[in-house]
Amino acid sequence: MSDSSLLELSRWQFAITALYHFLFVPLTLGLSVLVAIMESVFVMTGRTVWRDMTRFWGTLFGINFAMGVATGITMEFQFGTNWAYYSHYVGDIFGVPLAIEGLMAFFLEATFIGLFFFGWDRLSRVQHLAVAWLVAIGSNLSALWILIANGWMQNPVGAHFNPDTMRMELTSIGEVIFNPVAQSKFVHTVSAGYVTGAMFVLSISAWFILKGRHLEFARRSATVAVSFGLAAALSVVVLGDESGYTANQHQKMKIAAMESMWHTEPAPAPFVVFGVPDVKNRTTHAEVKVPWMLGLIATRSTDQEVQGIYELVAIAHERIVAGIPAYTALRALRADSHNTAARATLEAHASDLGYALLLRRYVADPAMATPAQIDQAAWDTVPSVGWLFWSFRLMVAMGFFFILLFGWGFWLATRRDCDGQRGFLRIALWSLPLPWLAAELGWVVAEHGRQPWAIEGVLPTFLAVSPIPASSVATSLAGFVLFYTTLAVVDVMLLRKYIRLGPKPSAAVGEP
Amino acid sequence: MEHAMPIDFATLKVVWWLLLGVLLTGFAIMDGFDLGAAIMLPFVGRTDAERRVAINTVGPVWEGNQVWLILGGGAIFAAWPALYAASFSGFYLAMLLVLAALILRPVGFKFRSKMPGPTWRSTWDWLLFTGGLVPSLVFGVAMGNLLEGVPFGFDSELRAHYEFGLFDLLNPFALVCGLVSVAMLATHGARYLALKADGLVAARAASLSRWTALAWLVLFAVAGVWLARSGFGLRIASGALSGAAPDPLAKTVLPDPGAWLANYQHWPLARLLPGAGLVAPLVLALVPRARAQVALFLCSAVGVAGVIGTMGVSLFPFLMPSSSEPSSSLTLWDASSSARTLWIMLLATVLFLPIVLAYTTWVYRVLRGRVTAAHVEANPDSTY
Repeated sequence: MSDSSLLELSRWQFAITALYHFLFVPLTLGLSVLVAIMESVFVMTGRTVWRDMTRFWGTLFGINFAMGVATGITMEFQFGTNWAYYSHYVGDIFGVPLAIEGLMAFFLEATFIGLFFFGWDRLSRVQHLAVAWLVAIGSNLSALWILIANGWMQNPVGAHFNPDTMRMELTSIGEVIFNPVAQSKFVHTVSAGYVTGAMFVLSISAWFILKGRHLEFARRSATVAVSFGLAAALSVVVLGDESGYTANQHQKMKIAAMESMWHTEPAPAPFVVFGVPDVKNRTTHAEVKVPWMLGLIATRSTDQEVQGIYELVAIAHERIVAGIPAYTALRALRADSHNTAARATLEAHASDLGYALLLRRYVADPAMATPAQIDQAAWDTVPSVGWLFWSFRLMVAMGFFFILLFGWGFWLATRRDCDGQRGFLRIALWSLPLPWLAAELGWVVAEHGRQPWAIEGVLPTFLAVSPIPASSVATSLAGFVLFYTTLAVVDVMLLRKYIRLGPKPSAAVGEP
Repeated sequence: MEHAMPIDFATLKVVWWLLLGVLLTGFAIMDGFDLGAAIMLPFVGRTDAERRVAINTVGPVWEGNQVWLILGGGAIFAAWPALYAASFSGFYLAMLLVLAALILRPVGFKFRSKMPGPTWRSTWDWLLFTGGLVPSLVFGVAMGNLLEGVPFGFDSELRAHYEFGLFDLLNPFALVCGLVSVAMLATHGARYLALKADGLVAARAASLSRWTALAWLVLFAVAGVWLARSGFGLRIASGALSGAAPDPLAKTVLPDPGAWLANYQHWPLARLLPGAGLVAPLVLALVPRARAQVALFLCSAVGVAGVIGTMGVSLFPFLMPSSSEPSSSLTLWDASSSARTLWIMLLATVLFLPIVLAYTTWVYRVLRGRVTAAHVEANPDSTY
């Protein structure tokens, strides 16, 4: 099999294993906090129904958590197994948040989760509550460090290229941690997790109420879910808007592709609510536009332009041309590290080195590239417009739907009128899969929109891949799909079983 | 914090080599007993209740223990990126086997006792056994291959190439190393079961551990003799300056049969490590039915640390020797990340590792005492 099939298979494997992993992560994020909130109420009020809630939702949390851990190990190892050149090229920076995640966050949640399940009889109420919160805090801190790592892929700050080691190296850990892209992604992603947790609790509670089972338990669970869910749904949209703003500062091409905006529009740019992107002819048909809206979201102004794809490709073209001398100088330096002229040339053009690497897809030595190849490489910087356009719109539509649904539920809950509203309960039940769908689409936008880069502007994806036989990756990809699907089926089966069993009302709890 | 680096680059590399050893030893001791207990599971437990006792000794703690592996992976990524890239991709299918086995464990522990059927449960028992056996074997096989040297090299842009597949890894010497690892972790897991389980399960574990310890002793000795008589070994002829910017191509390495034993000549104290790797299993094989279960568990932990340490000291300063292009070998002078990254990672480790050790200790204190069949039977909901 050829190199391109190696690349395609490796990308598919990463995408599939990452999307699988993210079936479990948002529920872990949301449910860990919801369970800790429920246990807090139990400890404060001493009412046993809250302990039943903690235990019931905690059991479901545990089943889901096991799958999150199982699929997470793959993610930690996969950079090395499948993206070896990536690991070499940026490990100096990218490895740091991953390692700190293990030290600071994952140890915390994984060590205490055992006590959460096994420690009911061995801990005082307050101690057990502390354990529940430590698990929740650990999960959320874990997300912080992973998104710092991911944010750096989108906006590689605090680093420079070192020709002597042939890789990117850290210049400022502060810039990496406080990367605005990482911070806005973190809050957006965590909020999405809270929406998922809230929807999970709401949907299952709605099912109990519809069946007339465990009413006391289900009403309280639903009330917690709609309150928490409404706050989370509002923040996920507001902070998603923040993500859009920061993306426009650092990944203009991603925004242009999401909007299928082929040409720069006069400021303030309109938002395309509907349209049919036509990649072949580089245009968008049947557009329905809302004036001003994109300009406001992306630039927070009425006078700045949002650049279109053609204009951004022209910029990429310039940067490729500017990067070629940097690459040539790098080759000279690798042959003779004392070549001071080459070192000076590389320093001067280092920021465009990554763009010259785009040419490696077509030619071994970028200095030999033809104008047609440079043109082709410049157009390679456009990610898949159709995928981004539709994924983004579906995700946003669901985001607004969550606000409406939780808002409706919250209004009903304040009037203590959930039980009679069978329409609401049915919609709440059937909305169960939507937060997962929205979250997965969000990752499609974020990561497909990063293409063709593994590290935006620094390292193209096709260079990052491990030089292993495509057949090995085909084997592992097939193995993952089979294995993960089996486990996911078992996981859902167990969740169903424990949901159907329902909460076990405990006898009045004695003092621990 | 990042501007003041009171330690020079060469020292940082050595510190991170030691920390790599600490992390791998932490993994082998902590997650090692989980893996070993899983290997012993079908043999120490004949009935479902007995197996649940065995599973519940590790049930509350294996998740935390496994983080030693995750952290090991992350720390190698951050501190030794070239090693992370070359070893994980070079051992591709072997790593995927390990991954598959490790994925089985979380779900195995969590799912097994959630359904009542005997077929369901015994299927998961064998999957858990596999989940313990495969990583133990593969890690040992990988270590054996490192001692033999792995056929790989780099081009001038430090892009790696390899000339081996999964089955090349399974050569006789490496398989012996794999079996050392299996026998060692099985012993360690059995000592843990003898300490934490109850009744028949603990008794069977204690008596089985004497046989696995004997196997560990014999196999480790065989591997040592084999290593001494083999032609394995490399030596840095020039380049690879300890304080230089890490570039694996900036040195010349020559074959030097027997070089893997040279460090024990330079530093006689280092002989304590293989010594511990031999004496610990000897003690465990000889001491019958001792009462001091904690002391025996610690003895096996010391033995595990001795074996891992032997690995590190034998190869020093190499991390991943290349048999086909020796000068492309990764050593501790040319495979590390930058001085700044090593320094920041050191600060993070010094800050967080003691906290991790403190709360881990607290958790084990809360969970102290044996897991009894009576407790497991009485609490089907809060146990596995």
